[in-house]
Amino acid sequence: MSEATIKPRIEKAPLGERMIEKLPVVLVPALAMLGLIAVGNPATWLTLTVAGLAMGLMIFIMASGLTVVFGLMDVINFGHGAFISVGAFVGFTVLIWLGGWTSSPSVFLNLSAVFMAILVAMLATALMGYAFERVIVMPVYGEHLKQILVTMGGLIVAQQLIYVFWGPDEMHVARPESLQGSFVLGEAAVEKYRLVAVGIGVVLFVAMRYVLKSTRIGLLVRAGVENGEMVEALGYRVRRLFLMVFMAGSALAGLGGVMWGLYQETITAHMGQEIMVLVFIVVIIGGLGSVEGCFIGALLVGLLSNYTAFLAPKVALVSTIGLMVIILMWRPQGLYPVVKAK
Amino acid sequence: MSEPLLQLSGVHTHIGPYHILQGVDLTVPKGGVSVLLGRNGAGKSTTLRTIMGLWTASSGSITFQGRDITRMETPAISRSGIAFVPENMGIFTDLTVAENMTLAATKGPIDPKRLAWIQELFPPVRTFWNSSAGTLSGGQKQMLAVSRAIVESRVLILIDEPTKGLAPAIINAMTDALKELKETDTTILLVEQNFAMASSIGDTVAVMDDGRIIHDGDMAEMVADKELQERLMGLSLEAHQ
Ligand SMILES: Nc1ncnc2c1ncn2[C@@H]1O[C@H](COP(=O)(O)OP(=O)(O)OP(=O)(O)O)[C@@H](O)[C@H]1O
Ligand SMILES: [Mg+2]
Repeated sequence: MSEATIKPRIEKAPLGERMIEKLPVVLVPALAMLGLIAVGNPATWLTLTVAGLAMGLMIFIMASGLTVVFGLMDVINFGHGAFISVGAFVGFTVLIWLGGWTSSPSVFLNLSAVFMAILVAMLATALMGYAFERVIVMPVYGEHLKQILVTMGGLIVAQQLIYVFWGPDEMHVARPESLQGSFVLGEAAVEKYRLVAVGIGVVLFVAMRYVLKSTRIGLLVRAGVENGEMVEALGYRVRRLFLMVFMAGSALAGLGGVMWGLYQETITAHMGQEIMVLVFIVVIIGGLGSVEGCFIGALLVGLLSNYTAFLAPKVALVSTIGLMVIILMWRPQGLYPVVKAK
Repeated sequence: MSEPLLQLSGVHTHIGPYHILQGVDLTVPKGGVSVLLGRNGAGKSTTLRTIMGLWTASSGSITFQGRDITRMETPAISRSGIAFVPENMGIFTDLTVAENMTLAATKGPIDPKRLAWIQELFPPVRTFWNSSAGTLSGGQKQMLAVSRAIVESRVLILIDEPTKGLAPAIINAMTDALKELKETDTTILLVEQNFAMASSIGDTVAVMDDGRIIHDGDMAEMVADKELQERLMGLSLEAHQ
């Protein structure tokens, strides 16, 4: 076969179309600018923006696992919120055990306590994810209606188990000393904990992108989202891959639960279920199965919620649903539609 | 004809409520190219997918190298030495050409000599090595699909209509590449609609209709026997209209 018979050419979309492809990325700064105009005061705007980014990144952490789980095996997991709640309770329990570390003035001990809480919570939710996948999800592959019913059942069982282990009351834990209070930048006050949340969220997003783009497992996950059958035909067991992704997604939900819990300083067995409304909105906005879309969707929802909470508190939740409607009218499959084979 | 490499005996496949394969008996000898012909909807793709374990046979047996693979799972069948180029090519468009090739190499890193040989057969695999596979044209995707199947030496390759929708020049190029592949000790089971292409490359031929094999023999015999061709192709045409 010679070069002459096959003209090498790269089919690139016209410039205009390619710009539109990249457009979702621009939405985040665009929304921040709109926020600045609407809020008016730069100091207030900075506070709200950091709060919005922190909230968005925490939602991203909780949502990312869900979207990949859906992309890879078409599994709709309404039980995902259970991992958020359980993660929060396990993490808080660890923080109570480590009371000496959290109340110490040492930043190192404070952060170590948070780190330990996160680690134990992620381990616990990963194991719980393992059990959930084997017992609840595996028997209902490919059957959406059953998945909805069965995973909701799993959610209820998990919430009841929280009552059994931790009692029916909500739980309070104060943030460690050094994560309380705010930094003051000029006129703006930025809560320290929110900066930490932004930091963790960004590191996690970068790590996740690295795994998905540059490791063999990541390539297999992306290939599997597009065409699981072909991945099997190449000799890889998609179910085992899926179990790993499911456990990772559950551990991330657990991490999100600890972070969200520390943000609110109060947790309940229902907290996961309540946040799931925002999580589903974010996953739908981003395009089911797309991690990038999920990231941008989460930042948009976080920013918008904080701006509207300040400008018009009554419409905060409605505004995120409005955002979803507008984005779906523009792109019915979400910001980054995932191409599925067949 | 040498010893059978792959043997299907009385294979039935159901897809949901439909009874698609109704007792397929097919023998693929070791070495060379076996061609599977048949009109649209005859069950050729279903046969390949059943061999790969993507559909599970409801009865009958499939043996490969003397081993029963009827109920084995797809990844295990693949790792036993069978590569598959599906009808829709199964390219991962979100990945680059290089990444598509890397995933297909399950035994370790791609052997550079073999890669050079593949890129000689299919130049676009070199030209677009770092491009997203989604940007390839249909013909280039087909070449990538075949390249992926041969990135490591395989015992048997199942190829489903590699010339579908391709321009004549590309069909010739693909045929040449398959001829060269035939010279290695890989066996090919080729599903084709293009009889000219199939007869230029095939050693044996089987014809399917309505989920059964209705003819089975040497390609040379079929090429020589215009009456047989007429009967089988005529049948195809009739059923077509
Ligand atoms: N997923 C499916 N669900 C239901 N019926 C199917 C499915 N796949 C194939 N069939 C049916 O099985 C029969 C055989 O299909 P198959 O794809 O194997 O034919 P083929 O010989 O490969 O045809 P073509 O030359 O058009 O590719 C057809 O009647 C088809 O409608
Ligand atoms: Mg077919």
